[in-house]
Amino acid sequence: MPPPRTREKALRHRLAELRGPEVEAKALDARALAALAANPGCRRRAILDGAGVDKAVLADALGSPSVFGQSQFAFVRGNAFEAKVKADGGTELLRLAHEKLDRGAEPPAGARVPDLTAQGPRGRTARTELALREAAEAPGAWTLLDHPMLALDVAGSPAFLEPDAVVVHPDGSWTVVEIKSFPMLDGAADPAKVGAAARQSAVYVLALEQVAARLDSAPRVRHRILLVCPKDFSNLPTASAVDVRRQRAVTARQLERLTRIEEIADALPEGTCFSPKLPAERLTEAVESVPATYAPECLSACELAFHCRDRARAQDVVTRLGRPVRAELGGLTTIGEVLAAARGEAGDPDDPAVAALRRAAALRAEALGTAAPEVAPCR
Amino acid sequence: MSLIATLARLEAVSTGRAQPAATVRHRHLSERPLVLVPLITAGEAGAPLGALVGTDRDAPRLLVVPQPRDRDLRFAFLAELADVVLPYVDGFADVVEAAERSETDPETGKRVKVEVELCADAPQLIVPSRAGVDLVRLLGRSMRFRRTAEQDPEAPFPAPPRVPLLGRWLTHFGERARVPGSSLLLAMTDVLARHWATGQSTLEDQHLGALLAWIDPPEGRSGAKAAQEAELARDADGQLVCPPAGPATDPAFDNKLLAPAIERYDRARGALAAAEDGLEADERLGALTAAEREIRALVESRTRPTWDAVWRGLDLLRKLPEGARVEERWTRDRWSFTGHRDRVLAGEPPQPRRDDAVTAANKLAVREREQARLEAQEALDDPLVMAARRLSGEAFAGEVVDVVMAYSESRRPSPRPLVTVRTDDRPHLGERVRAYRSLGGKPQTAEFVGYEEGPEDGLLVLRVMDRMGRGKEPEEGSVPEKGDRVCFTLFEHEPRGGAKLPDPEETPWTHGGPPGEEAVPEPADPVTEEDVL
Repeated sequence: MPPPRTREKALRHRLAELRGPEVEAKALDARALAALAANPGCRRRAILDGAGVDKAVLADALGSPSVFGQSQFAFVRGNAFEAKVKADGGTELLRLAHEKLDRGAEPPAGARVPDLTAQGPRGRTARTELALREAAEAPGAWTLLDHPMLALDVAGSPAFLEPDAVVVHPDGSWTVVEIKSFPMLDGAADPAKVGAAARQSAVYVLALEQVAARLDSAPRVRHRILLVCPKDFSNLPTASAVDVRRQRAVTARQLERLTRIEEIADALPEGTCFSPKLPAERLTEAVESVPATYAPECLSACELAFHCRDRARAQDVVTRLGRPVRAELGGLTTIGEVLAAARGEAGDPDDPAVAALRRAAALRAEALGTAAPEVAPCR
Repeated sequence: MSLIATLARLEAVSTGRAQPAATVRHRHLSERPLVLVPLITAGEAGAPLGALVGTDRDAPRLLVVPQPRDRDLRFAFLAELADVVLPYVDGFADVVEAAERSETDPETGKRVKVEVELCADAPQLIVPSRAGVDLVRLLGRSMRFRRTAEQDPEAPFPAPPRVPLLGRWLTHFGERARVPGSSLLLAMTDVLARHWATGQSTLEDQHLGALLAWIDPPEGRSGAKAAQEAELARDADGQLVCPPAGPATDPAFDNKLLAPAIERYDRARGALAAAEDGLEADERLGALTAAEREIRALVESRTRPTWDAVWRGLDLLRKLPEGARVEERWTRDRWSFTGHRDRVLAGEPPQPRRDDAVTAANKLAVREREQARLEAQEALDDPLVMAARRLSGEAFAGEVVDVVMAYSESRRPSPRPLVTVRTDDRPHLGERVRAYRSLGGKPQTAEFVGYEEGPEDGLLVLRVMDRMGRGKEPEEGSVPEKGDRVCFTLFEHEPRGGAKLPDPEETPWTHGGPPGEEAVPEPADPVTEEDVL
C-alpha cells in the first residue's frame, strides 16, 4: 500500500479525471448538503459530489434537466437582505450574536473583519484558517468572518463549503451564522426550512471542528448556530439560536458510514468520465455504471433526480412510489412481482408478505364490488 | 399508507390511470364555492403578485399587483380581494336557522340549553394546493392587525377599510383548515389525493396538473405519460406548458417574462412622473397602461390553467356520491363559521398572534377528537376505507350463523342475546373486548365472548349489550338475525374527547394562570419606511 500522501494525491487525480479535463471542481453547496442528508446511501450522488461534478449541467447533458432554478426576485431579495445584515462591518449581525448567544460577553464594538479573498477554493480555505488562527491568538475581541471557505473530508476527499459567516466570540469560541430570507413570523419560521438550515449549518460546524482540532488552543465550536431571518413582514433582521447537536450527530454518523469514494471510484470501469462535453450516450453509460438509490425525496434535493426517476420507472421498482412502500412488501421489489403475488399468479403463499397482499387484494376487490378492478370510475 | 392503498397505487402504475381510494366523497362540497388561485412573488413573505378569484368558473376576477414591492399597489390588491371575498362570506351570515347549544349558566353553574342562531350554510374557499392554504393563513396574519385611517388617524400607511376584516376571516379559514375533516377551506390536491390513488408518490401528488392527468387522462393516453408531461413539458420559450399551481411561480417565468415586464412597468411609471405637460403625460399614461396590461396578461396566463384545473377537479369530485356522515361534519363547519361571525359582530379584537394556554389546549383537543371522529366516520361511510381497517384487525365483517337468546342476571333481566358470526377477518380480540356496529346510524355495542372452536375457524361469539329497547323482548330489528351480513368495528363510532378542560378562570399557574385584566388589543406590526418588503 502506498503511503497516505501519495494515495491522497492519486485519488485527487482520479477524481479530476472523472470530472473531465479542464473542469473546475464544484463546491458542496446547500443543495448538495441537503441531498447528502436526504439520501446518504446513494453511491451515484456520493461519487458525483465527491468529484465536484456539476450535477445540474450533467442533468442537462443527459436530457433530463433539473427543475431547480432561482427566481431573480428571490435572488435579489436574498442578497439585499444578506447585505443589510452584514452592513457596517457586521454591526447588526454581531449585535444579534451578542444578544442571542453571548450576553455575558462585552458588547461588540470595533469588531475585526479580516479580508478573506484568495485564489481558488484551496487558497480561500487556507486564508480562512489563517484568520481563525490569528483570532485565536488574540482573544478578547469579536471577529466576523464574511463568507469563509471551509474544507470537510467527505468520504475520503475534501469538499469545500461556504457558510454565510462565522463569528469568533471574545472567549475564543466560534459560531456558525446562517442568513436566510424566509420570514420569522411572530418568532416562528417554517419548520421545514429551519430544519434544512439546521442540517446545512451542522455540516459547517463539523468542518469548523476539524479546523479547531488543528489549532493549539483548540477553540470550542458552539453547537447553537445563529439563524438570521427577516422579522415578520419587514426586512429588519431578527435572529434565533438554533441547537444543531442532533443534526450534527446525524451528519457525523452519516459521513462516517459513507462508502469511501475511493472504493466507488475503483469500481468504475477504466476511462469513465462525467464531462458534460461528452455525447449523451457515453454520459448515460458513465452515470449508469454507478448504482443509484432513487426515492421520491430526491426530487427536492438532487439535480439528477429526474434521470434516476426515469430509470427507476423503467426498472419497475416499488421504491419510486416512496420508501415506506417497500417496508410492507417484504422481499418483493418490482411492481410486476407484487401485482403477480397479489393476484395469486406468483409468490409463496406461506410468505407473510404475500399472504397479506392477497388478503388486501381480496378485501379491496370486495369493497369495490369487482373481481378485478381495472378502471377508475371517474368518467 | 395501508397495504390496500399501496396496492391501489401499484395497480395505477400497471393500468396507467388512477385507481379509486374511496367509493364515496368524504368532504363536503358547496354548491357555490369560492375558488382562489393566488400567485406570490418569489422570496418575499406575503407579497402577492396576483390572483384569480370568484364563484363563476367562466368569469373569474383577475387581480394583479404590477409592482409587488409597492405598498399602495399591494393594498389596492388586498382591497379588491376583500371586495370579492367579504360579500361572498357575508352572503352566508344572514341566513340562519334556530339551534340549541348547551352553555354553563353563570349564576347556577348548571348546564342549560340555550336557543342560538346557526347559519344555514357556510362559505367554502378552495385553493389549488396545500401551499395555497398556508398562503391564506399568511395573508390573514399580514392583514388582521393593520389599522385603517378610521381606526387610527395617526397610523402611517393606513390600510383600506375592509382589509383588516378580510385578514380576520382568512385567519379563521386558515385555522379551521387545521381541523381534520373540516371543509371551510380545502386544497384541491389534498381532496383529490384522498379519493384517488395515483401511480406516483405522495410527494409528486402535490402537483395538481400531474394529479389530474392520472385521474382523468386525455382520451386515449396513459396517465403516467400525461402526468410527466404536465410536470416537465416546456414550450419553445422554455416556459412550463402546465404552470405550477402556485402560489410560487416557475423561476423561468420570473426571469424571462415577469422581470422584464415589471421593469418596463417601472420605467413607464418613472416616465409618467417626470412628464412636464398634460399632452406628454397623456401619452405616457398610455404607455403605463400598456405595461400594466402586459403584466395582467402574464399573470392570467399562469393562473388560468390552474383555475380550470381546480374546477375540473370539482367536477370529478362531484361525480362521487357524498358520504353519509359528511353532512354532520359540515354542520360543525357551520358552527365554526357562525361562531366567528358572532365574534366579529360583537366587536371582539382580531385573533391574537399567539394563543393563550387555554385556547391552545382547546384547539389541540378539538383536532385530536376530530381526527378520531374522521377516521371512524370515513370507515363507516366507505367499505373501501373499512377494508383497510379490517385488514389491520380493527374491524371484521361476516355472516351471522346463530343467535341464542340470553338475559342479564340482574333483578330485572334485560336481553343479552348471543350472536355467532363467521368471518374471514382476523380482528384483534381479547375477552370482553367491545365491538360496535352501526344500527340505523347509531352505534350498537357488543362484547366479545369467545371463539366457538378456536381462533382459526373464524366463528366468533358476541353478546349484544344495548339498543334493544326497554322491554324484556328486544325490539324488532335490533338484534341481527341468522343469515345477516354484519360489520363490527373495534373502534368507537363517536369517539369521546379527553377529560374536560378547566374553565379559563381555573387555569393552573403552570399554564399561565387565569387570564388577567381585560386583554389589551395587540398593536399593529410596526411599519418600516422602506418599500422593499
